[in-house]
Amino acid sequence: MDNILEVSHISKSFKDRTIIKDLNFTVKEGDFFSILGPSGCGKTTLLRMIAGFLEPTNGKVFIRGKDMTGIPPNKRPVNIVFQSLALFPMMNVKENIAFGLRRRKFKKQEINDKVSSMLERVGLEGYEKKSVTQLSGGQRQRVAIARSLVLEPSILLLDEPLGALDRKLREHMKIELKLLQAEIGTTFIYITHDQSEALVMSNQVAVMNNGNFDQLDIPKNLYKSPSTSFVAGFVGETNKFNITTEVIDDNEITIKTKNGWKLNKQCNNTENYKYLFIRPESVILKPEKELRDISRFTIKVKTILFDGSDTKISALVENTKEIMLISLPQNAQFEDVVVGDEIEAAVHHDDLKCYKE
Amino acid sequence: MIKIKWGFYIFLLPVILWLFLLIVLPQIDLFINSFRVVNDFKDTTTWGFGNYKSFFSDSVYWYTFVKTAIYSIITTILTFLLTFPVAFFITKVVSNKYSGFLALLLLMPFWVGELVSVYGWMILLRESGVINYFLLDIGVIHKPLHLLYNNASMLIGLVYMSMLFMIVPIMSSLEGLDDSLIEAASDLGASKFTIITKIVIPYAAPGITSGSIIVFMLVLGDYLTPDLLGGKNSLWFTEQIYNEFIASFNWNQGSAFGFLLLALSSFIIWIALKVTKQSLEKAVS
Repeated sequence: MDNILEVSHISKSFKDRTIIKDLNFTVKEGDFFSILGPSGCGKTTLLRMIAGFLEPTNGKVFIRGKDMTGIPPNKRPVNIVFQSLALFPMMNVKENIAFGLRRRKFKKQEINDKVSSMLERVGLEGYEKKSVTQLSGGQRQRVAIARSLVLEPSILLLDEPLGALDRKLREHMKIELKLLQAEIGTTFIYITHDQSEALVMSNQVAVMNNGNFDQLDIPKNLYKSPSTSFVAGFVGETNKFNITTEVIDDNEITIKTKNGWKLNKQCNNTENYKYLFIRPESVILKPEKELRDISRFTIKVKTILFDGSDTKISALVENTKEIMLISLPQNAQFEDVVVGDEIEAAVHHDDLKCYKE
Repeated sequence: MIKIKWGFYIFLLPVILWLFLLIVLPQIDLFINSFRVVNDFKDTTTWGFGNYKSFFSDSVYWYTFVKTAIYSIITTILTFLLTFPVAFFITKVVSNKYSGFLALLLLMPFWVGELVSVYGWMILLRESGVINYFLLDIGVIHKPLHLLYNNASMLIGLVYMSMLFMIVPIMSSLEGLDDSLIEAASDLGASKFTIITKIVIPYAAPGITSGSIIVFMLVLGDYLTPDLLGGKNSLWFTEQIYNEFIASFNWNQGSAFGFLLLALSSFIIWIALKVTKQSLEKAVS
């Protein structure tokens, strides 16, 4: 498949502040590509440069191999769904969706056909005459997406469009967006600070930090093997420890945390690490005797954070001052865990993620 | 509960009194007077439409009436054309830091009052005024131009005095305009012109409507500016009313003219609202 978007050595500075630093990536046709990062990491700036609202200080943006330098937003084959949705309040649903078609001088009949088939596609048949101010949050969302998609853009850019919705609706729209994208096949570039949105919907996720990508990968790899400590900390829930390491021999090191926890890890890397990450669900409770390649320890339950299938315990690692979050499976084995219980626990050596910086 | 009700009426009372004593009662009196016809010796009184008939029979009244209406409309349109870009600039283009300061600058002319502003224009425009002096000095003209006491100078004054009343409502409605609407329109392929006509102006329509109504009514009922800047030929309808009340002492005729002016302004505003499909409720809220 072809690269629909190529961002080549792009950077952007405002006055003396550099927002984007020499960023380089490509997006394949038909991908659901997410850019995940905390607020202020430059992701919106990047999106606005792709859309044409900002010109990069250095570097170039290519869409379908065509250099976009100097081409204004209204002439680029990309459309954007804004965080605020930016529906035109003085127009009804149909006029909103037809706005772009009218600018392209489509015939009236053609506009009517396109608008009604687009509305059908997003599940809003018969809403043409409704005022956009009367719609619910989810419906407004769909109108905003329909308004952009009706122009059949090469790339649809979405700037945190689910941010304003309540949790339940957001979960629902997440699935709906993914299905819609799969159905129409348009390339989506989706910006978010919500890692769950990025992981659920995308084929490719780029984690952005300080104006550059820390890691660009499929969601599973991003979660399973984060390449930097920032990615490990930002994507998914995790326990972070400040550590020092000592080399025992060629394939084993001792990890010492700041608060006195010592554990061994088998690895053939002899460098000094600074951070250790352990995901709550990678802690094995009551490990079987014959399990190998694990570090065993005992924990003492301090609090139970009940949240249905996502229930966790906050526990103290025995003989240390380290506190960590551990997922508590909601099955019969752990049903009667109470505060103060001491439980055998272990982590597989591969799940002890160590980083130098 | 009773206490709250009493408080409500106590605060309402001044408004009711003001409306009733100073607006409703005099208007009723003038309305009754407008149907009272006196003969030239002012000794017999009859009732009827005589005062209104004399308006239609004398062409100078008619002419003044129509001219006042047309020039008020022109003033309103010119004021809109001049202030809209300024309002857009202050609210959307410059940063928030300066927009307050710029809005304050707009207010400045009103600190000195209408009379002084009008005299300011006279100093600029008269034959020995600043503009003529400057033009003579650099040799563009050899004889002073008659810039004052014509319709153009009157229009300048009227527009100048009206600008604030147009710009404030427009600015307040533009302030609510989310920048992303403009960006979205641009992203969907709209040119700058289309963005202004299809997005910005419709969005600001309630502000434009209320600004236009205020300006139109103020200009239609203005006396000072047409009189001082338009001179003897200005033929503003308020001058006719003034003449009837003060010069001819014919209060009955003056009242009839007053009600004709009221009818005229109401009618033009009604037509304008119908044509532009705006609602009065939205504009005043």
